[in-house]
Amino acid sequence: MKKEIFFKKSIVVGLSILLGTSLIACGGKASGNSSKANSSTNSSSTIYRTLDQIKESGTINIGVFSDKNPFGYVDEYGKYQGYDVYFAERIGKDLGVRINYVSTEAANRVEYLETGKVDIILANFTVTEDRAKKVDFALPYMNVALGVVSPNSKVITDLSQIGKDEQVIVISGTTAELYLMQNNPEIKLQKYDTYANAKNALENGNAVAWANDNTEVIAYSLQNEGYTVGIPSLGSNDTIAPAVTKGNTTLLNWLNNEIKSLGQENFFHKDYEATLVDTYGLEYENSLVVEGGVIK
Amino acid sequence: MFSYVKDLGIDVLFKGHNFLRLMGGLLVTLKISLISIAISVALGLAFGILIQKKNIAVRVVSRIYIDFIRIMPQLVLLFIVYFGSTRVFRINLTGELSAIIVFSLWGIAEMGEIVRGSLSSVSNHQYESAEALGLSRLQTFIYVILPQSLRRIIPISINLITRMIKTTSLVLMIGVVEMIKVAQQIIEANRMLSKNAAFGVYLVVFILYFLICWPISVLSMKLEKRWK
Repeated sequence: MKKEIFFKKSIVVGLSILLGTSLIACGGKASGNSSKANSSTNSSSTIYRTLDQIKESGTINIGVFSDKNPFGYVDEYGKYQGYDVYFAERIGKDLGVRINYVSTEAANRVEYLETGKVDIILANFTVTEDRAKKVDFALPYMNVALGVVSPNSKVITDLSQIGKDEQVIVISGTTAELYLMQNNPEIKLQKYDTYANAKNALENGNAVAWANDNTEVIAYSLQNEGYTVGIPSLGSNDTIAPAVTKGNTTLLNWLNNEIKSLGQENFFHKDYEATLVDTYGLEYENSLVVEGGVIK
Repeated sequence: MFSYVKDLGIDVLFKGHNFLRLMGGLLVTLKISLISIAISVALGLAFGILIQKKNIAVRVVSRIYIDFIRIMPQLVLLFIVYFGSTRVFRINLTGELSAIIVFSLWGIAEMGEIVRGSLSSVSNHQYESAEALGLSRLQTFIYVILPQSLRRIIPISINLITRMIKTTSLVLMIGVVEMIKVAQQIIEANRMLSKNAAFGVYLVVFILYFLICWPISVLSMKLEKRWK
């Protein structure tokens, strides 16, 4: 009997020791590999880091897309590139800090800000009323509307053409998903978590069309033969802006001033010419770029 | 030969450091899965033995734990641990650590169930015979019950282990850039230049997953044969 009790106890003790040590061991390993930039969040009472705390730490965490060419992607040398990243690089330079890029997905951008795991989201983030309740948007730096791309064999030019049994591809957490759910609840949606998967699905013919930001679908149809943007502008015209954690006014004000002063040197036009011109050509430059945070 | 490589869209892997990047992603996948598997096997064995005990409290708590982990999709668990820990406790876990915690919790629960099932499948007369031979309870467990159970545990746990390795692809949702995410980045960066990149890169990813999981299956088959 004594032996059994000893046996039981040793299992319990063993379990807890193993769990404890293994977690500590992994913790050491995991944190060693990633940046230490987040460490100061623990000590402060707010979830976000103020402008001074970011400057003090020497590193800013910026959430960008890593698979959304040409806005945020990773080149063959492992370097982040794109329209959003070009701006992010400038932010890092003007703040005098290093940048730690965090690879985000459309569906987790708000969550990253709400938990302070990134300081700024610069991931083609469309300003919506709903999102503005959860995060603080800075001044816009780009225009966007929704668009629908479909194969040339059956170009959809109006949403009413979509049959009862047909599906439309959207990416979870995007404005396209929200718009269709609210305004066209009768359309069946096929939801994907990543851009790469949504594109594969369209090419495999899993659905009749793909609804997304018009920049995305225009670029897609220009790059891929056999696809046409039948609906180039759906819903209201929106803007794309950087976002910070709700209440992080020091960082928000700095960003707004930064965007205003960058307007004087036509920074976002240079950004467009460096990153987007290959995809959209010069004809979309003035309609897509918002300079100095002023919408015309 | 090269034209095949191009048709399949594998050529994008030879651009710049792309292949090394994919291997780096593979290392992240392996690191998360191997650490989680090691923790799951060790603690899962102990947990399986523990929940076999007749103690009501132990049974209730472990039942709730197992069912909770089994019902929750792994993606939800990842979000709860990665974002939830920051929201509720203000602890900032890295994506990799969160992944290891989630996969270990999952592995321990599943492994515990496997061990419990195998232990209880050893027939009663084995216990009685051991007692008749004058073995103590601990001796009975170590020399009689455990060896018989292990034979049943191995094949089912191999299934669990390969499932865990494949499910690690979900960690891209909490910002961890592992093999699948690197593959998607490479495909996307080359969307304009190489249309078949998706096919070629995923083909290579498939082969890499196969190369990890296949030796594990072979090992389990060998072990099964030897113990027959």
